[in-house]
Amino acid sequence: MSPVFENLDLFWDGYLTSLSICLWALVGSLPLGVLIAGCRVSPVPPLQWFGTFWVTTFRNTPLTVVLFFCAFGLPEIGINNSFFFFGVLGLVLYTSAFVCEAVRSGINSVSAGQAEAARSIGLNFTQGLRFVVLPQALRTVVPPLGSVLIAMFKNSAVVGAFGVGGDLWSTGATLNSARGLETLPVFVGVAVFYLMITLPAGAVLQVLERKVAIAR
Amino acid sequence: MSQQTVLYDAQGPRARRRTAIGTVIAVLVLAGLAYVVIDRLIERNQFSMEKWGPLIDPSNEAFDAVWRLLGEGVVNTLRAAAIAMLLSVVLGTLIAVARLSAGRAGRIPLIGLVELFRGLPVVVLVYFGVRVLPDVGVDLRELPGGQELWGLVIGLTAYNMVIFAEVVRAGVASLPKGQREAALATGLTNGQTMRIVLLPQAFRVMLPAIISQLIVVLKDTSLVTFIANYDELLSQGESIRRNLDNPIQTFIVIALMYITINYLLGRLAQYIQRRQARASARVAEVTDAGANVPVGGGA
Repeated sequence: MSPVFENLDLFWDGYLTSLSICLWALVGSLPLGVLIAGCRVSPVPPLQWFGTFWVTTFRNTPLTVVLFFCAFGLPEIGINNSFFFFGVLGLVLYTSAFVCEAVRSGINSVSAGQAEAARSIGLNFTQGLRFVVLPQALRTVVPPLGSVLIAMFKNSAVVGAFGVGGDLWSTGATLNSARGLETLPVFVGVAVFYLMITLPAGAVLQVLERKVAIAR
Repeated sequence: MSQQTVLYDAQGPRARRRTAIGTVIAVLVLAGLAYVVIDRLIERNQFSMEKWGPLIDPSNEAFDAVWRLLGEGVVNTLRAAAIAMLLSVVLGTLIAVARLSAGRAGRIPLIGLVELFRGLPVVVLVYFGVRVLPDVGVDLRELPGGQELWGLVIGLTAYNMVIFAEVVRAGVASLPKGQREAALATGLTNGQTMRIVLLPQAFRVMLPAIISQLIVVLKDTSLVTFIANYDELLSQGESIRRNLDNPIQTFIVIALMYITINYLLGRLAQYIQRRQARASARVAEVTDAGANVPVGGGA
């Protein structure tokens, strides 16, 4: 395992870069996903179509294809930026579709009777939404949204594989190929550092689920 | 709209007027966005036959070669996905059964296995299959399909088998308790109960989840593009792009191919789920009716 311990600083840098990819993707995909979900559940047909189109496209296309499209396609129409930007952009577009579906499933899981009951005790639309529908919807959303986010953390490895230098995945690949270090210890090192992202995230999620989630 | 949503009721005249205004605004905004994109594409000459010809014009000299590559890509993608899927279902079922029948101590390593493979990015596991295994002396070149196919399949299987293990476990857990009790009461052993009574029912419940996961596996085959030279759909697209310098067009066509296959699979999963929901609703109705019949009394 010495290749790992001798290069711990590189692994640590890679870990931090991976975390920053995750963070930017989180900041981008959550609001975008909620916005698309808003389109899908709105009463305006063209917005529903747009939402459906978005989700169908990005859910059924591999993340790799989205990334290739961003990095090689966008410069063709004059959008030039770093691989880091294109990587995060691809991850945001892809993840937003899954965030949208998680949020939408939460809203749909609230039974229509709840809104009817809210109206019948004299709440208006905004009050019903604020006090009755949204609190329930948000709590059902916690488990699926959490799975989406953990999947996104893991997908940040694809962004690294894609050529964003310096993240955890590319650190491992560089140590293997450029410096000719053995693959197995380096692989184990990379794996352990990824588990340092996903296992705590999973644990936090479970605690959160136990606290707020309701099953229906 | 026939589907009732919790957010709004059947619309009255005022709400309908607001929706109509919203529709007009939405159409204007979306059309504006589309105009900006299309205008930019035209300006950059992205609709030229020079770029699209090899993909859509059969008389183009590159057309045959391009579609031969894409065809091979689809076949290779489907092959890797199908093998990985089959292996994951089989191994996942074994892990689930082992976990369900093992004692407390036996369960711990299995839980560790599941958590380990679930916590790793699938691209790291594909890397393990394709790069690490040969380095530690596992020779896959002799197998039909070669090193790359089996490395990819092993990576995808390692990731997906533990997902299936969880799906199978949830499927068995979702069955009514009486199923197991009745099977044991007729004299079946634990193993027979699992094999003859519980697993077949669990698989029926899980079929939609299995098909949905197939979509994930299909998409994940493309990860090998970063790691090795297995000619699946995306790798073929990459060689087309490098030769013809038409990334936008090539990746749109590739994306459409993935979307078509995966959309159909998604619809199949939905269809099966709905059919099962109807079937179990019927069962529920029957039992509801049964509960109303006075126990032990004739009419």
